[in-house]
Amino acid sequence: MRISDMHGEFFLQGNYACAEAAISAGCRFFGAYPITPASEIAERMSYRLPQLDGVFVQFEDEIASMASILGASWAGVKSMTATSGPGISLMLENIGLGMMMETPCVVVNVQRGSPSTGLPTSWGQSDMMQARWGSHGDYGSIALCPKSPQEYFDLTIKAFNFSEKYRLPVFIMADAVVGHMTEKVVIPPSEELELIERKYTNKKGDQYKPYECCDDEFVPDFAKAGDGHLYHSTGLTHNEKGYPDMSVETHIKLVNRLINKIRDNSEEIILLEKRDIDDADVIVISYGITSRTVIPAIEKAKKKGIKIGYLRLITVWPFPEKLILELSKKVAGFVVAELNMGQVALEVDRCAKYCTTKWLPHPGGGMHSQSEIIKAIEEVAHAK
Amino acid sequence: MQNNAAHHPMEKYLRMDRMPHIWCSSCGLGTIVNSFMKGIKNAGIDTNKVAVVSGIGCTGRVAGYIKLDSYHTTHGRAIPFASGLKLANRDLTVAVISGDGDLFAIGGNHLIHAARRNVDMNVICVNNFIYGMTGGQNAPTTPLGAYSSTAPYGNYEQPFNLVGVAAAAGASYVARWTALHFHRLTDTIKEMAKKKGFCFLEVVSPCSTVFARKNKGGTGLDILREYKDRSIIDHEADPQKIPLGMNGEIICGVFINEDRPTFWENVQKGIEKRVVKTKNYKVIKNRESVV
Repeated sequence: MRISDMHGEFFLQGNYACAEAAISAGCRFFGAYPITPASEIAERMSYRLPQLDGVFVQFEDEIASMASILGASWAGVKSMTATSGPGISLMLENIGLGMMMETPCVVVNVQRGSPSTGLPTSWGQSDMMQARWGSHGDYGSIALCPKSPQEYFDLTIKAFNFSEKYRLPVFIMADAVVGHMTEKVVIPPSEELELIERKYTNKKGDQYKPYECCDDEFVPDFAKAGDGHLYHSTGLTHNEKGYPDMSVETHIKLVNRLINKIRDNSEEIILLEKRDIDDADVIVISYGITSRTVIPAIEKAKKKGIKIGYLRLITVWPFPEKLILELSKKVAGFVVAELNMGQVALEVDRCAKYCTTKWLPHPGGGMHSQSEIIKAIEEVAHAK
Repeated sequence: MQNNAAHHPMEKYLRMDRMPHIWCSSCGLGTIVNSFMKGIKNAGIDTNKVAVVSGIGCTGRVAGYIKLDSYHTTHGRAIPFASGLKLANRDLTVAVISGDGDLFAIGGNHLIHAARRNVDMNVICVNNFIYGMTGGQNAPTTPLGAYSSTAPYGNYEQPFNLVGVAAAAGASYVARWTALHFHRLTDTIKEMAKKKGFCFLEVVSPCSTVFARKNKGGTGLDILREYKDRSIIDHEADPQKIPLGMNGEIICGVFINEDRPTFWENVQKGIEKRVVKTKNYKVIKNRESVV
């Protein structure tokens, strides 16, 4: 069996599944810095990439590892880094550069208890807003939340596809439980994987403008270093030629495009798992690891005769605003369970104009009890 | 407007549609850009395969004026960006051109580690002893006692000796010139472009707008005259023992030129130990399964 085509059924740790998915997606550059609970991804990549002529570098800090994957991407190589909350905090400036330069790459955040050093060996989901608004300024963001090692694998492939298609750093928002959990993971043969590659320009030399969107496309065609285009790319506000342009017109056009390339394609990017939401009185919303405590609670509460729907956000950013608005017209309320103090619950509350939103905040390090989820469901159902 | 007489001799290598540039008159950067492109040309390297990465600041703007694949990145992070670019495409010649504040204050950690790792790249640090673009604040190179916007009573801090830091961190090639040494600078850039490993070049450069104004340094021409009087070429000098001050000698030369295995060469050696290459694929020694 070719190692690059490793496929079959495996009993794999989540972080290893993520690394294997990156390999399967064609990632051949990894910028690393150790951090609990994400280090296994770097360890796995340090073992796998040299087998495939890929490049693994452990840098001096997360700032460098993030900057390096941008550079590697501009050399035309799919690239990734993985860290946890403190590392993301350090990476954010260069994540913003990636957004501005429209650089495809994947950033994995294996979330732990926060703020600051927090709970390094425990889990949390408290970096959700950081993935949306962390770097300064306005830009569209994509964040995917796996609930299991298998989904961690699948979403890592998707993250690479989205990053190549929409040309931006894409977040995978895992957590310490999913990262360290070992479960069955099915790795499909490489020919069965749907992979999207960035679109390279056909234009030669000076004909190519690095930030010109041709044929109504939402992102410009790509050119890598060394192909003879002699282009310029900058984190400054830039025109279609990639040149700095401090005019308000250019700034408005650029920032709008960075946001709209995600917003206008949100239907395709938003992945959801829905159960019984059409005739529900109460819908429980969760994502990532939290969804696994929600399911048994829903099953128990259903026995009490309450019509309960279940909505799992596989994509958290962009947020399914329209769906929440539409559902809010039909249901008594939403219950939002998450391992932070209300980051996504407030988003739900913002969109749910016609019903109540019941938060179930938890700062992480533990899990919601089934009884508190059931109690919240009952409260919302009875308030109808 | 254009006529033949007005053509810039280096216009083939510059983004002429971006002129005029933002640098002040008498700034050393024009000379350094000119020298860089001439050095690359003299090295005989295909300019399609050369990439320039800059950080932020006056020197950070170099990437925007040079007609090469060029990246203007974040403050201090040009070196790790360039590391990714170079290691992902080893056919490229990658140069980082940035300022003393960018490379030695905010980006100091990246510089010493890239030197230690011996990533094959050329780092050109334009040292004007001050933060120019933000208005003349103190830099890690500002001489003790010199005035700056944030040192109104004179600088209290001991400055870095840039060539000393680069040498101590393990750079394969360490040189210093001033912006006045055009031909020697060009030759050094040519030599660096061909050399493997982490190459470091400090270019002492005039900033008449802020540094000289705050320190009674005179005009750009006065500063170049001063460079002429103070410069001594000594290739044998120990880079640790030649700090720069407000006065005294400016020791120039190529102080270190060694062949040390690069990061990538060491990676290749490591892989050979563990991986047996066969025709189409690789199998790990003594190991059937990879999981």
